[in-house]
Amino acid sequence: MAKRSVIPYGPQHPVLPEPIHLDLVLEDEKVVEAIPSIGFIHRGLEKLTEKRDFNQMAYVAERICGICSFGHGYGYCETVEHIMGIEVPARANYLRTIWFELSRLHSHLLWAGLMADAFGFENLFYQCWRVREKVLDCIELTTGGRVIFSVNKVGGVIKDITPEMQKAILDTMDYVEKETKILKKTFMNDYSVQSRMKGVGVLTKEQAHALGCAGPFARASGIATDMRMRGYAAYGELDMEPIISNDGDCYGRCEVRIGEIFQSIDLIRQAIGKIPEGEIAAVVKGNPDGEYFMRIEQPRGEADYYVRGNGTPNLDRMRVRTPTFANLAGLCETLKGADYADIGILVVTIDPCISCTER
Amino acid sequence: MAIMTFAGTALKNLFSKPVTTKYPAVPAEYKERTRGHIEISIDDCISCGMCVRSCPCGTLSVDKIKGTWSINRFDCIACGFCVEKCPKKCLSVVAGYQEPGAEKGSVTYTKSPEVLAEEARKREEMAKKAAEAKAAAAAKAAAAAAEKKD
Ligand code: SF4
Ligand code: SF4
Repeated sequence: MAKRSVIPYGPQHPVLPEPIHLDLVLEDEKVVEAIPSIGFIHRGLEKLTEKRDFNQMAYVAERICGICSFGHGYGYCETVEHIMGIEVPARANYLRTIWFELSRLHSHLLWAGLMADAFGFENLFYQCWRVREKVLDCIELTTGGRVIFSVNKVGGVIKDITPEMQKAILDTMDYVEKETKILKKTFMNDYSVQSRMKGVGVLTKEQAHALGCAGPFARASGIATDMRMRGYAAYGELDMEPIISNDGDCYGRCEVRIGEIFQSIDLIRQAIGKIPEGEIAAVVKGNPDGEYFMRIEQPRGEADYYVRGNGTPNLDRMRVRTPTFANLAGLCETLKGADYADIGILVVTIDPCISCTER
Repeated sequence: MAIMTFAGTALKNLFSKPVTTKYPAVPAEYKERTRGHIEISIDDCISCGMCVRSCPCGTLSVDKIKGTWSINRFDCIACGFCVEKCPKKCLSVVAGYQEPGAEKGSVTYTKSPEVLAEEARKREEMAKKAAEAKAAAAAKAAAAAAEKKD
């Protein structure tokens, strides 16, 4: 048996967008075991419910993460709305769907860039982020923020998307679709890209199931799980199928996410085509009393929200389970037997969002 | 499998104009809704304190007597909740971000002397009215007591 050595990986590492620490047990160049440790950016946002009322918490929930921020705000608001029995106007639901998909688009394009960066293709990295910038422009145009939307509130949304803005979004979608088709060729067909991704970090369907993986990571292993199929917000009225791949390797995960970029573009077009006229927010009276549990599909996978109110403005408990937390177990499994040089790519393929995980 | 799939794009980028702007030499373009910082039209403010109570960061403070409204811009997250809650709609989110600084100080806005004088006059009037009403009530009570005695 070769000599074993333990190499610390992170929390500061060029490939890591956020701090996570892995203790890698190596035998020569092969990883035998990976032990993750988290807790570098815990901010105690859940505890803030004791000091902030449930309306203010919508803004706090949004700041759990900078990339899936819209989803967190939305998940929290919808959970509270269920407790209080508020019927959200149809237009607000469509607006939320459009913003949700815009946030998925920018998250997936960001991931594509980081992935290109992880396998050392800087040119592709910048190209992805260049396309993403147009999506951020759309978000800024409609909400006023580039990554933090701040448009959700308990009862509906704060801002409307005017017809001119809808047109601007549709134009941007055409541009993003055209550019992503070009990017897709490189991601899916290029020889050097394939040599870094094909067959790397295979996670079988059984393993993914047993380890409770979520989102694109699970879909790439052939599990058709997509919380959007539950039909929350306006998803129930739009046509969509979960995008899956049976490869289970890095290539499969890339394929799923690139597919989802086109799916999001399609969903935004459908939603803008069907959006009804009307109010954008319902009247909210009283305080939440009761509890509710809600599952939504974040760009990184299934996120769960739990809220318990006690009839006062301050909630008893707010709890978020994030997709990255679910996927860490799967990540450690794929790391076993991997080459040391592939660690960066493997960590990035789960699209880790550590600040969500630690809140 | 293909090779050099990105060469076309890379070449095109090499000979096209940069997509980035030369900030700060070329000023940044903001959208109409950009949430940069909070502005107040202080003379419309009624010092009700709704904004103070709604702010998730506790960055605002209001003094009714002095007629001031203060904000610590470094603590503000530009969420816009105060703007939504203000009953007089005198707050607004405008483009342009807080400039960096060495100290986290707050900025105070004070109402103009005319508005302050007007408010003081109104307060006095109200106090006078309240005192009169109180005196009238006391007199009435005294009269009722005297009647009872008889
Ligand atoms: S909510 Fe508006 S009117 Fe009331 S104190 Fe704040 S700024 Fe003034
Ligand atoms: S924008 Fe938000 S953080 Fe800033 S002062 Fe208003 S409520 Fe407070």
